[in-house]
Amino acid sequence: MFKILKKEYLANNIWLMDIEAPRVAKSCRPGQFVIVKMDEEGERIPLTVCDYDAAKGTVTIVFQIVGASTKRMAEYEEGQSFMDFAGPLGCASELIEMPLEELKKENILFVCGGVGTAPVYPQAKWMKEHGIDVDVIIGARTKDIIILEKEMEKVAANLYIATDDGSYGFKGNGCGQINELVKNQGKKYTRVVAIGPMVMMKFVSLLTKELGIPTIVSMNPIMVDGTGMCGACRLQVGDEIKFACVDGPEFDGHLVDFDQAMRRQGMYKTEEGRAMLRLEEGDTHHGGCGNCN
Amino acid sequence: METDVLKRVPVREQEPEVRAANFEEVCLGYNKEEAMAEASRCLKCKNPQCVKGCPVNIDIPGFIKEVEDGNFDEAFHVINKYSALPAVCGRVCPQESQCEAKCIRGVKGDAVSIGKLERFVADTARENGIKPVPAADKKGKKVAVIGSGPAGLTCAGDLAKLGYDVTIFEALHKAGGVLSYGIPEFRLPKSRVVDSEIENVKSLGVKIETNVVIGKAVTIDELLNEEGFDAVFIGSGAGLPRFMGIPGENANGVFSANEYLTRSNLMKAFDEKYDTPISAGKKVAVVGGGNVAMDAARTALRLGADVHIVYRRSEAELPARVEEVHHAKEEGIIFDLLSNPVEILEDENGNVKGMKCIKMELGEPDESGRRSPVEIPGSEFILDVDTVIMSLGTSPNPLISSTTEGLETNRRKCIVAEETDGSTSKAAVYAGGDAVTGAATVILAMGAGKAAAKGIDEFLSK
Repeated sequence: MFKILKKEYLANNIWLMDIEAPRVAKSCRPGQFVIVKMDEEGERIPLTVCDYDAAKGTVTIVFQIVGASTKRMAEYEEGQSFMDFAGPLGCASELIEMPLEELKKENILFVCGGVGTAPVYPQAKWMKEHGIDVDVIIGARTKDIIILEKEMEKVAANLYIATDDGSYGFKGNGCGQINELVKNQGKKYTRVVAIGPMVMMKFVSLLTKELGIPTIVSMNPIMVDGTGMCGACRLQVGDEIKFACVDGPEFDGHLVDFDQAMRRQGMYKTEEGRAMLRLEEGDTHHGGCGNCN
Repeated sequence: METDVLKRVPVREQEPEVRAANFEEVCLGYNKEEAMAEASRCLKCKNPQCVKGCPVNIDIPGFIKEVEDGNFDEAFHVINKYSALPAVCGRVCPQESQCEAKCIRGVKGDAVSIGKLERFVADTARENGIKPVPAADKKGKKVAVIGSGPAGLTCAGDLAKLGYDVTIFEALHKAGGVLSYGIPEFRLPKSRVVDSEIENVKSLGVKIETNVVIGKAVTIDELLNEEGFDAVFIGSGAGLPRFMGIPGENANGVFSANEYLTRSNLMKAFDEKYDTPISAGKKVAVVGGGNVAMDAARTALRLGADVHIVYRRSEAELPARVEEVHHAKEEGIIFDLLSNPVEILEDENGNVKGMKCIKMELGEPDESGRRSPVEIPGSEFILDVDTVIMSLGTSPNPLISSTTEGLETNRRKCIVAEETDGSTSKAAVYAGGDAVTGAATVILAMGAGKAAAKGIDEFLSK
């Protein structure tokens, strides 16, 4: 069993939890993910790691309620335990695997969208700890749903906030902010790391391709086992099929077929939506869609 | 009970039309009288050929004699000297090509039904609460076993019986490997059979730690150098599913057999109480002809689909067990033989709406001795399906080989290990099962686990 040591509401149905998992904490690296299974009946839910502390034996996860399973997960309280917690899975970020001298020559911009801010944090933190200055953009629809701003402020050389409605920081999305920095302020970046909803990563990648900046994205497709067995997480990357769980989760954003990935991610949308409705409405659920009982 | 010595005692099964709609076990097994009658057909050969056909060399005439005499507990202890998983093997071993293929009775009639007798003995022992006996003397040495599938459980069980302190590390949340995630409930009941065989292995003193991904959370070197293990056995199983590389293969509704079966078996998606969904499909094509393909097809059938098996060779070349093919046909699965997919057709939303196939004919035999199929030009046809399950085998999982220095792999990326003792290119590291051979059978993995246990014992006794 894996105990929840801390639970905190961040914003916009996004929760943070510190989980006691010494084996995972000991070997975790930025960019990797874990699989959480709440109880006997639960799904295996892949979540990118937000932080880890080998000394304390804890791993920090951040998740947003998007379906029946994540809703149920958010109902767990401090002191309770998840039945299963496996990791670290996937490969560590390609940047932190680079020789430090090489990395110090890079000029890196992280672009976070929504809950994707969480997996960027350990990477930016790692950079700070290794004496590398990085810029970070957090993009959100509106001010109230921005997460981890204070934490990110401490590790980023420059933190830029962009809101669609202009309620905070730059008015516009992440792409708008990139354009502002590169085209208007003349910033030179040698690499972009974009993590967030697939549609956001798609448009950032399209823009950086135009700007000629190599871009890494972190993919979050459907997974079942997460250890390289089921093949559900397969992605078209260039002319190859890649498995996000063992080959990724990070890939070259200029090669990923985002349209296909988004379509595949929606495969169980209706099933998940129905499960959510059953949970909310219980016996009073009558459907109406013609597919439910 | 009257017996015709040339004919085996038939085994009771659920009727096809009933079982096609449930996940209960198909084969009901022998009762006491049937088992004793079948056991009496054994000739108790002085030089038993059946034992030679068994990858773990069970004393087959020995246990059958005990069954014939009604000493069922004793029969269990005879088998248990050789196998930790008799209830599993009695169900999923391809006996017809191993022990039963060599049975002298089989020369002039039906071979003795060794598999069904093994199953009867294991099931009876479970019902009577008979457990294997743990080792009296401890060796004071620690062995780590990676993976809790048939290879790992066998290796762990054998080493524990010799007095070693054994810990199994399992990456998934549940022990059993392919026995849990791969083989369906209707062929191998999980809580009744698999879990209880695992409990038997644990009763020998074996510890099982789930949720530990070796190669990621801990490396092989860390197990040996930091966690105090004296030897390691790698039985991590087969890995990434293979796909054909044809257009449309990433459409929504195309699954690997591993995914489809894992959702149903391990995650219990067929049961409303469980959260994991499965897009079962109404018209399903399963591509491939092995046991896994039969399992996927019969699972889809039970989830309510019309199911076709699409296989590029003819019936004679189907790699699946004859019994599985027979069961599948009885249940109403349609076999489109000598057919090969060339494209999966998608609708405007990217969902599968059909599969274009081409007819094949058999040409010259290839290196495997099977006649290789050749396309018949212009014979394309479209199969009306909404779901496609690819069951084409797997390629090795890189998690361990890529994180273990000095562990040799071959050109197919399988771990290189000696067949006789499981030793690898790395000292104190042994391997066996699908991680070494690529996808094979439960019993071959068990044989490899057994050989490695012997190898490890010799190594640690030096």
